Amino acid sequence: MESFPVLSLTTFLPLVGVLFILIVRGDEETVARNARGAALWTSIGTFFVSIFLWINFDTSTADFQFVEKHEWIPAFNISYHLGVDGISMFFVLLSTALTPLCVLASWKAIKTRVREYMIAFLILETMMIGTFAALDFLLFYIFFEGVLIPMFIIIGVWGGERRVYSAFKFFLFTLAGSVLLLAAILVLHFQAGTTDIPTLLAFQVPAEMQLWIWLAFFASFAVKLPMWPVHTWLPDAHVEAPTAGSVILAGVLLKMGGYGFLRFSLPMLPLASDQFTPLIYTLSVIAIIYTSLVALAQEDMKKLIAYSSVAHMGFVTIGIFTATQQGIQGGIFQMLSHGVISAALFLCVGVVYDRIHSREISRYGGLVERMPKYALVFMVFMLGSVGLPGTSGFIGEFMVLIGAFQDNTWVALLATTGIILGAAYMLYLYRRVIFGKLEKADLKNILDLEPREIAIFTPLLVLVLWMGLWPQPFLDVMDVSVSNLLQNYQTALNAADAITVVGR
Amino acid sequence: MFTATIFLPLIGAIIAGFVGSRLGNRFAQLVTVLPMLASAILACVILYTVGFEGQGETVHLFTWIDVGTLEISWALRFDTLTAVMVFVVTVVSAMVHVYSIGYMSHDPHIPRFMAYLSLFTFFMLALVTADNFVQMFFGWEGVGLCSYLLIGFWFEKPTANAAAIKAFVVNRVGDFGFLLGILGVFFAFGSLDFDTVFAAVPGVADQSFNFLGADVHMLTTVCLLLFIGAMGKSAQIGLHTWLPDAMEGPTPVSALIHAATMVTAGVFMVVRLSPMFEFAPVALTVIVFVGGTTAFFAATIGLTQWDIKRVIAYSTCSQLGYMFFAVGVGAYPAAIFHLMTHAFFKALLFLGSGSVIHGMHDEQDMRRMGGLFPKMKVTGTLMWIGSLALAGVPVLAGFWSKDIILESAFAAHTGMGLYAFWAGIAAALMTAFYSWRLLFLTFHGKTRADNHTFEGVHESPPIMIAPLLVLALGAIFSGYLAKEFFVGDGMEAFWGTSILMLHNVIEDAHHAPKWVAQLPTVMAAIGIAGAWLMYMLRPSWPGKLAALIRPVYQFVFSKWYFDELYDMMFIRPSFYLGRGLWKSGDGAVIDGVGPDGIAAATRDIAGRAGRMQSGYLYHYAFAMLIGIVLFASWFLFGFFQ
Repeated sequence: MESFPVLSLTTFLPLVGVLFILIVRGDEETVARNARGAALWTSIGTFFVSIFLWINFDTSTADFQFVEKHEWIPAFNISYHLGVDGISMFFVLLSTALTPLCVLASWKAIKTRVREYMIAFLILETMMIGTFAALDFLLFYIFFEGVLIPMFIIIGVWGGERRVYSAFKFFLFTLAGSVLLLAAILVLHFQAGTTDIPTLLAFQVPAEMQLWIWLAFFASFAVKLPMWPVHTWLPDAHVEAPTAGSVILAGVLLKMGGYGFLRFSLPMLPLASDQFTPLIYTLSVIAIIYTSLVALAQEDMKKLIAYSSVAHMGFVTIGIFTATQQGIQGGIFQMLSHGVISAALFLCVGVVYDRIHSREISRYGGLVERMPKYALVFMVFMLGSVGLPGTSGFIGEFMVLIGAFQDNTWVALLATTGIILGAAYMLYLYRRVIFGKLEKADLKNILDLEPREIAIFTPLLVLVLWMGLWPQPFLDVMDVSVSNLLQNYQTALNAADAITVVGR
Repeated sequence: MFTATIFLPLIGAIIAGFVGSRLGNRFAQLVTVLPMLASAILACVILYTVGFEGQGETVHLFTWIDVGTLEISWALRFDTLTAVMVFVVTVVSAMVHVYSIGYMSHDPHIPRFMAYLSLFTFFMLALVTADNFVQMFFGWEGVGLCSYLLIGFWFEKPTANAAAIKAFVVNRVGDFGFLLGILGVFFAFGSLDFDTVFAAVPGVADQSFNFLGADVHMLTTVCLLLFIGAMGKSAQIGLHTWLPDAMEGPTPVSALIHAATMVTAGVFMVVRLSPMFEFAPVALTVIVFVGGTTAFFAATIGLTQWDIKRVIAYSTCSQLGYMFFAVGVGAYPAAIFHLMTHAFFKALLFLGSGSVIHGMHDEQDMRRMGGLFPKMKVTGTLMWIGSLALAGVPVLAGFWSKDIILESAFAAHTGMGLYAFWAGIAAALMTAFYSWRLLFLTFHGKTRADNHTFEGVHESPPIMIAPLLVLALGAIFSGYLAKEFFVGDGMEAFWGTSILMLHNVIEDAHHAPKWVAQLPTVMAAIGIAGAWLMYMLRPSWPGKLAALIRPVYQFVFSKWYFDELYDMMFIRPSFYLGRGLWKSGDGAVIDGVGPDGIAAATRDIAGRAGRMQSGYLYHYAFAMLIGIVLFASWFLFGFFQ
């Protein structure tokens, strides 16, 4: 299908906004205003273009859709190849949906170097969309790594006090993993002679090689996700990042790890994935319990939510590696849901941070009195994070657990403890911030949500409830792609079994 | 009609919640109370058509989740069991709504309160009309949420906030079991629809499966896991600690959620799943044990408390124990029967005590009450009726339902059944005692309130008394009127297929020896007489007795030290662990060895390397010389070998 290149348009439309911002001239005030406007309208435009993907998406096939393929480096069989399937489509939408909200959230919070900030964000958007739309491994790698640069700058320039330490920690952690990913891509290229993803998906990597490649993939994706024990960059990065940076970080960047497992590890390396499942389970279960306990002890709102993210991502990895229909769809759904909920929670923190300039939980208390709307919004997302049925958080966790129980009851049991601890730390946070007596002097004049903030939260609220009460439109999109993935996975495992039997 | 009954409260809640604060308190009250009353009337019609004409049906709304073999729909299931529950829930809820207009009239947050109440009712109805496990879980968690919101309604009170969190988290411990049970059901049956699962139960009755590395009987395991959920919600021993604390919420909430409806959800769940539990006898035995123990244990605590609401709360806990051991011996209809009568008289008692608290200007301690009867004749009379019904005095509602439960336990002829029977008899004695202790301390004798308060005591306004009258009618007549259908000859026709009993224990119960039937009444009489003796005739005796058996008294008064135990075992260690893992796990080990360690090492090595570049010619010359020596020796040795 060589029709209208809608994926390329979605991917590179933000760069048009960048160009526009670059040519703006005038005093600082004008530039800032124009930069904000341009960034907002470009990202909204991008979002509407991406909606087109969903509307025209064919849910009956597992093939890649909206495919575009052009020669790039023919000598090495590397091409510019884009396309989405049921697994990646929603991640593109998640990226395009969150970016305009981030721009809005930065409207007043960012006062210095607005032009550069908006440029960084739009480039970031291009990189994110490209990561999920790329169908060539090298192209994927470029986008995947490219994300680091604007994010590094956003944290390092517009971040909090310890921003430089956090930015470097973030950068080095993720880069260390990625180097191994690059090596693995090279190895695959030597084996298969191409970096084309659909070709690689059909290619059978030799069993003994799968192990090493899997570990290299793992190093990269586990850091990104992040899994315990390579998660420590996350709380620091979140704490220091500006609100919108946290939103993108939690909302989209973490999902790249999960997406990587789904797109590469599981289908390309089925034998190794099967072999390493216990490792993933162990790390995930530790992540869920360990980080939930740590979250309980936090005194900083953003850190608490960051740790809860690690716990929620633990559910994702469990779901993916159960290799069951419910588990994998649950994992994807959990990623989407977490993308919305954690983004919203960071935005909630941002609301009070903009007013009081503190993330200390003990600085707050009794906000419901002055900010009833805020209290309601925060409550809905808090409950989503807790996984209350009727919110999107429940659907994901529940399906993951359904999958896990079929594979391993211990994992299901231990992961389910997460719902107790999750309730404990979130309610404890909520109580300390929202409830209680309003005693602090500067909180007595705090203002409730303004229209701009309501505009940010409304779409997220709608999404959380929609995905919780009627998730079927989302699940339908994934259904065929996931079952196709599973089928291939099972075939590969069976074939390997047959070989071992024959070999004996 | 079916759909409207369920969704009317939700509509009320949404309107009151979002525009209530703008359009005023009166509007918020009307927009919640009227739909609720309509819903209650519809529920009566439903009870008639479904229960007596047998026209049950299931209304399918739309598909919720459909993934692989997992298919879950939003659906409203109406059979007799549901119809009874819908009836109880909507009627009590409507009364509580009306009562709240008066009780909360001075509160600054009326729209929020009314919205929460209606929202709760919606979730409760979603729970009882569920057609599958997940929808039930939806309602289950929803009522838990509303309970959390309503307990913490007065958000400025730290105790209320703490109680709210405790309620939610303890319930989550139960939900942990419930959720695992649901996962187990799906694993065992490949479906989560009630009908599909129930149909498949007999076929897998003997199967085992691997759970946590051990081969265990499948149905027993699944049922026990589900029962943990029921224990949490219905405050059974071990997971009961949240219920007394939940009394921090406004009194109408205690009446609706923590007496009549939500806390009975656990009982309802087990009854709803009777087709599963019937094939898991071991699980049923556990339920009998837990129920019997709770009935006894909560009653002992009720004897010693001073807070008027806490006494009733422990009484609720104890009565829920009765319902559970009824379920456990297989007398499901008796459990639901008691659930219904209990809803009426316990809501009556709570709202009555709310009337007392209202009249006393928020005084809850019975040590500062007494002699209120002349000033609150109506409330006092209604509280008497409620207590008579609770104690199981003949012809009132509680008499019929409690009797059939105890007879069933006796007639079950199992060791555990007998244990529950005697526990229940002992609890009956204590129930009567603490109920009259409450009445005497509150309404009779000389007042212990200070003059100023006592002068201000007044009867509650009609808007609060009217609902009490309706509930009092239920407390008096519901037992007599319903016994024929619930547990009498009309039983099978009435319940239809909504409850499965492999063995009709109720039938046996009707043939129990006479003394079994009379014993509870005798116990009630002794209890009442004892309370009269101790609190009217010889008011100095309770103190002396408490001093005489001080250790026992202290143990019971401190609620068997459950809270202290949990605090020591779970809560402190969690925070301690969390802090420890954060500071030493993340901070020292992972970061210390990982990024910070590597960074430090890099800096260190770079520093040393830097120092070597001293700039002195003889340093470099010396290094070169060593290098040449090493190189030469390596070459020579290599060469000779």
